[in-house]
Amino acid sequence: MTADPTRNLVELRDLKVAFDGVQVLHGIDLDVRRGEAIGLVGESGCGKSVTWLAALGLLPGKASITGSVRVDGDELLGAPRPVLERVRGKRIAMIFQDPSSSLNPVLRIGRQITEALAIHRGLAGDAAKAEALRLMDMVGIPDARRRFDLYSHEFSGGQCQRLMIAMALAGQPDLLVADEPTTALDATIQAQILDLLIELRAETGMATIFISHDLGAVSQVCERACVMYAGRIVEQGKIDALFDNPRHPYTRGLFDALPRLDGPRTRLVPIAGTVPNPRHLPEGCAFAPRCAHTGPDCLSERPQLRFNGVLGSLACHHPVGAAPVAAQPVLEPA
Amino acid sequence: MLRFFLIRILRALVTILAVLTFAFVVLRMSGDPAQVMLGPDVPQESVDAFRHAWGLDQPLWIQYISYLKAIFTGDFGVSMRDKASALQLVIDRIPATLELTIPALLLKLVIGIPAGVYAALHRQSAVDRGVILAAIFGFTIPSFVMGLLLVLIFSIILGLLPSGGQDTWQHAILPILTMSIGGIGILARFSRSAMIEVMGQPYIRTASAKGMNWADVVWRHALPNAAVPIVTIVGFMVGSLIAGAVVVESIFSWPGIGRLLVVSVSNRDLAVVQCILLVIAAAMVVSNLIVDLMYGWLDPRLRSHSAH
Repeated sequence: MTADPTRNLVELRDLKVAFDGVQVLHGIDLDVRRGEAIGLVGESGCGKSVTWLAALGLLPGKASITGSVRVDGDELLGAPRPVLERVRGKRIAMIFQDPSSSLNPVLRIGRQITEALAIHRGLAGDAAKAEALRLMDMVGIPDARRRFDLYSHEFSGGQCQRLMIAMALAGQPDLLVADEPTTALDATIQAQILDLLIELRAETGMATIFISHDLGAVSQVCERACVMYAGRIVEQGKIDALFDNPRHPYTRGLFDALPRLDGPRTRLVPIAGTVPNPRHLPEGCAFAPRCAHTGPDCLSERPQLRFNGVLGSLACHHPVGAAPVAAQPVLEPA
Repeated sequence: MLRFFLIRILRALVTILAVLTFAFVVLRMSGDPAQVMLGPDVPQESVDAFRHAWGLDQPLWIQYISYLKAIFTGDFGVSMRDKASALQLVIDRIPATLELTIPALLLKLVIGIPAGVYAALHRQSAVDRGVILAAIFGFTIPSFVMGLLLVLIFSIILGLLPSGGQDTWQHAILPILTMSIGGIGILARFSRSAMIEVMGQPYIRTASAKGMNWADVVWRHALPNAAVPIVTIVGFMVGSLIAGAVVVESIFSWPGIGRLLVVSVSNRDLAVVQCILLVIAAAMVVSNLIVDLMYGWLDPRLRSHSAH
């Protein structure tokens, strides 16, 4: 089946997830075009990972999922298991936060990669091994031939993530969902993995969803980003627009909380308060209790995500202005 | 690997020696065989003669040393009661015990593990709840109660099966059932929790995320990981193949090692009791050794750890 190149690769519509009756995802709408790289940004527990685990049917059975997930127009939600299994790894591959524990400890690495090749490309025996070695080589595992029969504990964390990526590439997916792929790695390895993701996307043309709380990493990998808060997308836009002119006070807060490498040493400005408990979300805007711009309407009425033309989308009654810095940070006493 | 193996064997020998020493001392401290064997109304000269004949008039440590010496030359002593070789008495009883414990072990494995795995994969379902309930029922009821319960139902009320003896294969059914029910429960519980633990691991999510069908995820990715804790429990069960039937053999008058042990203890038949304990300890130690080797085979992380 040749897909219509103008059509969105993946369309999420009003995707909602609840665990034991507690709503954690409140209706996500997201289009992923072929080949594009989108960042999903937000604090732990805001629903970044849940969105994609839900889309692929990888959440535990107690999760109740509603809405729509379409891949090239085919609905995934409620689809029978074989349909999901054909999408997983083949259309949409996923890599995870902790690479060392994401690889099976009792199976040889080579076998774990050839398994994926057997499932999606029908390769077996020497052909599968040759292709697996090529993939290992491609993701930068030195001496792949010798290490083909090793186990995951014989690789470093960064190499495990490379192996995960090799496994993800095995199905030649249209979309790679990278769920905090560098969080568990140290800084130099992080940079290498990011470079690898950028490089592979350029080579293969696959779309990338990059889930991270690291704004810097997102800006390196992605063209646009969605900022999520308490199970909703609160702001979405092109990376440049978002970085130069964040409109949502939460997005603004995320940038203010970043340490700066240039300029004087200043105290980081944290976002006051904590993420609300999903059981007791505020009635209006979920961010209102932590927001410096809260008005009475924020407490009573939840702002809708509105498309804003070139600026992207925004869900805020009182967006912060174009002014570069709202409040000058206080100098840290010596 | 060789070093690992030698250390294990050395440790096994120390364990066996500790068991022997313990049995030797406790048996001699807790009662006088002469009194038991000869009865209460025997003249003192006969008691003294008996004690002298069996070397019981020697100081304890001399008895102990000559006992160890004999053991190392393969002499496990003579039964005070039958005047026969203690080792031969024990060996003669082993087949009868294995007739019960091996089928019981097989039942535990083929019912307990699949039930636990199935329950884990269908968590919170009616089957899962049923398995948990049955498992708790199985391993909380002591075997002497379970044995009597089964006798009541199948022998007395239904009249289907004999309640004791070793004449036909029907005689083995109730003792085997009694012995296996608790173990089935334990294995079901253990397999269930091991499997639940494994199914929650990130690598299982990875396997699903790469499009593997569910049966392969369970068979190829989950079960090999769940096998490690299950093997531990099975190892214990294998180790107690010889020792595990004391109560059940007594209830069902089954002439195995367990019955011999009970009779020999009450008779203070020192050599026989010591020999049984030695055999039991050796079986335990050997099965532990096998379990350790299995760990290395099942889990490559342990393999490279023990090699270093």
